[in-house]
Amino acid sequence: MKQEYTISVYTENQIGLLNRIAIMFSRRKINIESLNTSPSEIEGIHRFTIVIHEVEDVVRKLVRQVEKQVDVLKAYYNTNEEIIWQELALYKVPTDEIAEKVKVERLLREHGARAVVIRKDYTIFETSGHREETDKLISVLEPFGLIEFVRSARVAIIKDSSGFHEKLREFEQAEPGEEIVENEFLDKQDEVFSM
Amino acid sequence: MNSVEAIDIKTVNGKANAEPVTKTISGSIAVLEACIAEGVETIFGYPGGAIMPIYDALYDYREKLEHILVRHEQGATHAAQGYARVSGRTGVVFATSGPGATNLVTGLADAMIDSTPMVCITGQVFAHLLGTDAFQEIDVINITSPVTKWNYQVTDATEIPSVLAKAFYIAGSGRPGPVLIDITKNAQLQQFEYAGYKKCNHIRSYRPTPNIRKEYIEQAAKMINEAERPFVIFGQGVILGKAEKEFKQFIEKGGLPAAWTILGASAIPTSHPLNVGMLGMHGNYGPNVLTNQCDVLIAVGMRFDDRVTGRLDKYARQAKVIHLDIDPAEIDKNVKAAVPVWGNCKDTLPLLTEKLEQKVYPQWLQKFKEHEEKEYEVVINEELNPTTPILSMGEVIRNLNELTNGDAVIVTDVGQHQMVACRYAKFTQSKSNVTSGGLGTMGFALPAAIGAKCGAPERTVVAVIGDGGFQMTIQELGTIMQSKLNVKIMILNNRFLGMVRQWQQLFHEKRYSFVDIESPDFVMVAKGYGIAGKTVNERSELDAALKEMIAHDGAFLLEVMVGKENNVFPMVPQGCGVAEIRLQ
Repeated sequence: MKQEYTISVYTENQIGLLNRIAIMFSRRKINIESLNTSPSEIEGIHRFTIVIHEVEDVVRKLVRQVEKQVDVLKAYYNTNEEIIWQELALYKVPTDEIAEKVKVERLLREHGARAVVIRKDYTIFETSGHREETDKLISVLEPFGLIEFVRSARVAIIKDSSGFHEKLREFEQAEPGEEIVENEFLDKQDEVFSM
Repeated sequence: MNSVEAIDIKTVNGKANAEPVTKTISGSIAVLEACIAEGVETIFGYPGGAIMPIYDALYDYREKLEHILVRHEQGATHAAQGYARVSGRTGVVFATSGPGATNLVTGLADAMIDSTPMVCITGQVFAHLLGTDAFQEIDVINITSPVTKWNYQVTDATEIPSVLAKAFYIAGSGRPGPVLIDITKNAQLQQFEYAGYKKCNHIRSYRPTPNIRKEYIEQAAKMINEAERPFVIFGQGVILGKAEKEFKQFIEKGGLPAAWTILGASAIPTSHPLNVGMLGMHGNYGPNVLTNQCDVLIAVGMRFDDRVTGRLDKYARQAKVIHLDIDPAEIDKNVKAAVPVWGNCKDTLPLLTEKLEQKVYPQWLQKFKEHEEKEYEVVINEELNPTTPILSMGEVIRNLNELTNGDAVIVTDVGQHQMVACRYAKFTQSKSNVTSGGLGTMGFALPAAIGAKCGAPERTVVAVIGDGGFQMTIQELGTIMQSKLNVKIMILNNRFLGMVRQWQQLFHEKRYSFVDIESPDFVMVAKGYGIAGKTVNERSELDAALKEMIAHDGAFLLEVMVGKENNVFPMVPQGCGVAEIRLQ
């Protein structure tokens, strides 16, 4: 049965690794529902959080292939029951509409939202939660002229991950990661002779 | 004298083991120093604009590094593969940016799927030009990501020693594979303080060999000891793991009949009494049929490719599967393993052998014999001793074999001749069969034979090629000419793209759609390259011509005209189970 799986990948911070991981999904024609990259709690180790809708057998094989990548330290897959997860959403609405017609205070309270920016012309609300929760606020705000909406990728924490965290910390202490090398020359064309 | 001494940092300025001493060198020199430190002797390559600094440095290293100038970059990759497959070492390729780099893709993909260790170094435009659509700029890192085990772009020369050390380590360790390093031109030219080359033997995020789990070894041994009809199927893992001896001891102690995938061919001699033949779509009758009758199936260093398994839901459903593999991602990928034995089979096989009971299975082996006799009667006899005057591919391979005593390296292309060569060639030593198995790359054989000859100069190398595949990389005759390589080229010419024609005959009502291929006069073409050649039409001429080819001092092209519409049998039709193999 297909269901939502959240794949957490601990990696080196390497340019090009995002592509290497992404093409493993596209090669099998699997849509990535959401993808987030961020540092992890350990300096030098990065973390991908990828959400896909698939059957477990496919996910298991895929995760093994991901873990096989040279720059990948470890990959896990979890069902929604095994993780705590959140998505962040931003909503831009005309301030006059919202001030006139809606009791802003009530709105914020009911949806656990907060106003990030309040300007004369527009207000930006922010909320975080599961997909259904952030979706609900869209339908509430739409009648009042929702100008823009954006939702972040899922970030997730595995409920039962303390063991791995300890290992990871010891690992990073024993073998610190390498610095990433970026292209330092993109704005140096005048200084480099080329042919 | 243009050669230079290897740069030995320890003794630079006459100070041995003093304070860390450095020397100012260019990125290009660092690349060549890395090759020397890694024991590279031969490089296959083609120069161009973005790799010119490396080629300029190579000019002074001619005495230390042999460079084979190919005629197309794809040829360089296949040559590097041939070199790696016969020598067990890493093949090295140099190519320029843009089209030079894109021409590597087929060879990289071939090496990736057939686990061949290879390091490709491509030149790249100056770092400041990246992303500007500069002349011959292509995003080679992203193009090659799916077909490399690892790749990396260098924009700063200081990275070169450590990145190349990583490249060679990754390519050759664990399950081997191709690595591509893209070096921008500024990095090749850049002078930097070189502190010597340090080989890499560890990368923190990379586990080339999984830990061996003792409990699985015990479970596997118990399962084999209790089996009544155990059957071993093995692949290239035995050869890549340099575990031929360990494998032989394993099957001999257990009395285990063993069949091979085409990449596993030659890991044990053809004449070994427990060698029961070839697996797969055009493999032998017994191993295919009896896959579905064994009770324990022991897979060693093979990945259950669909050409081996046929339909998975009809594959060995009755058997308990023990899977030995160095790559954990292969376990349960296609066939579910009852016992996974992770690790290099060079390490795991002896542990398993130790726990095996000394056994023989005369009745079970007899079954393989019975199937072999049936296959001989229906297929093999006619193939080897045709009742028509028209030559068959099988008899050519057999006669070649008798002449070389099975000691030659046989390099095959892709198609009917490949299946026939793998079926009928007799091997006496490992690393004797070089073929494009996973990717099925037509045009592989000629350049791969060039590499094989460089990797095993003391051995006879025979490229067996079809008339179609030969024309895909025919330009490499120029490489053979220029480098004076003693490569024997045998074209089995049936004037058809034979394998596709066979399928069209069997599954498309003989609608021969674009398989009728015309060829030039191959002997004349060879002559243009200064390569001796001959065409054989009659059976009576065959042996003398084969002898002439082998005895000839230098490259030789032998074209043998074979039956136009001969088919390769047995055959497991697509979508069928292995037991549904057809003898005719």
